[in-house]
Amino acid sequence: MELLQQFGQQMVNGIALGSVYALIALGYTMVYGIVKLINFAHGDVLMVGAFAGYFVLTSFGGDASKISNPLILILAFIIAMIVSAIFGMIIERTCYKPLRKAPRINLLITAIGVSIVLENGARVIPWIGPNPKQFPTLKNIGFLEKVSDFIKSATGVYISPVQIISFFIAVLLMVLLFYVVNHTKTGKAMRAVSHDMNAALLMGIDVNRIISFTFAIGASLAAAAGILFALNYPQVEPYMGIMPGLKAFVAAVLGGIGSIPGAMLGGFIMGIAETLTKGFISSKLADAVAFGILILILVVKPSGILGKNIREKV
Amino acid sequence: MLKIEGLNVYYGTIHALHDISFEVNEGEIVTLIGANGAGKTTTLHTISGLIQPKSGSVSFMGKPVTGVPANKIVEMGLCQVPEGRRIFANLTVQENLEMGAYTRKDKANLKNDYEVVFTRFPRLKERIRQIAGTLSGGEQQMLAMGRALMSRPKLLLLDEPSMGLAPLFVKEIFSIIMDINRAGTTVLLVEQNANMALSIANRAYVLETGSIVLSGNAKELAASEDVRKAYLGG
Repeated sequence: MELLQQFGQQMVNGIALGSVYALIALGYTMVYGIVKLINFAHGDVLMVGAFAGYFVLTSFGGDASKISNPLILILAFIIAMIVSAIFGMIIERTCYKPLRKAPRINLLITAIGVSIVLENGARVIPWIGPNPKQFPTLKNIGFLEKVSDFIKSATGVYISPVQIISFFIAVLLMVLLFYVVNHTKTGKAMRAVSHDMNAALLMGIDVNRIISFTFAIGASLAAAAGILFALNYPQVEPYMGIMPGLKAFVAAVLGGIGSIPGAMLGGFIMGIAETLTKGFISSKLADAVAFGILILILVVKPSGILGKNIREKV
Repeated sequence: MLKIEGLNVYYGTIHALHDISFEVNEGEIVTLIGANGAGKTTTLHTISGLIQPKSGSVSFMGKPVTGVPANKIVEMGLCQVPEGRRIFANLTVQENLEMGAYTRKDKANLKNDYEVVFTRFPRLKERIRQIAGTLSGGEQQMLAMGRALMSRPKLLLLDEPSMGLAPLFVKEIFSIIMDINRAGTTVLLVEQNANMALSIANRAYVLETGSIVLSGNAKELAASEDVRKAYLGG
């Protein structure tokens, strides 16, 4: 019984963590789907979003170490997502767009360069600096604590308020994303561009605008993930995006890079795999398992769980 | 309507189009015929703005097209059905048509235009919710043409519409092209199937290794000894 409860607890932790990975993985997969680039700066855009959220929370939150007003938290999400979206678009316009016709490897190297610039750029900005900063934690959001207590007494599994928020924000954003991609004109154009950029141009689709929009969406999802991540840990620092970024990249590959449902599935699997490893094997092995999954999937099924087989264009 | 003057196009150091000039008048079907690699598709890509010429100019309805981004050219009323159809295989039939109407701002007339496309291609209506990649080759060609028509082009560029289709479908596609033309759309048709193309066109240009070597009335060209030997199998 106790083992079952512990398993349930780790599953809950895994789903909460996985929802954050899924949000980040969506950015990788969407950008890959449209410009065939693994955007290695994606994790650093998450860091930018987390800092934007940090500044909102510490400047408007009253008590700088506690978040007691849910409206301020919502404001932090919105501003962080906007700031990151703008960042994402600027990065694409200035760094990736000039290389659109260049070999893919040039683009990949550029992405790594952008990543290094963002990390070290953040270190030298006086308000950010190299040292970790304490991220405000949730306090007295009474409704969430009641839900949390209720679940604890009913099932014996503890779900923290932050985990509840993580899960719901992730699901909300994914539903929104699904709606945008499947039911709006811009979303349909995104899918058209990802299938065939030249044919999309011939239909009058403004491909540059669609690519910008894709980067903006990916970056804003990363920003939301960044705040959720920071709420959990709770600290922010310039290198904070690297590990979640890499794990979300594994999640995107696991689910099938280019596939939106794949990224979500991959994110949850990665989160659960990580917490189960921590809970039942050893927390030291968690990262090894994450990257072991990457090696395994590349050997066994490189196209990923929901990925399509790569078609050769003639 | 469409005027091409002294067009020179290079792929790297390869000189693909040599000083090409021709024009298409309103209401015509003009065909560009020639062997594989003659430069037919390159010509259409240059007109549509996918390739920039080294020199020369393309103008449409008196306005310059050279240098205009490809997506803006569609807004001017010039739409291409590319070679190999290039439908969005991951989208449904309906969504493909919506992408064809991407540049349209007159939402009120859209509904009517869907109906026009569906009357012309009843099969598309039957398969409206189907993923386009699962259509047969002929249906995909119809979808590609329907998609282009949704932009309400004044000039329709067709690149090898008969490619890879069964003979029965080829006939159907060509009669549809004539219908589209009769309904008021000017057509520039690129074909390897020169026989068919010449039978429906008003005028024709013959391309050979990047230059126009012959031009004139389609019926006369079809009767000419040279053309028959080179392109019509004797």
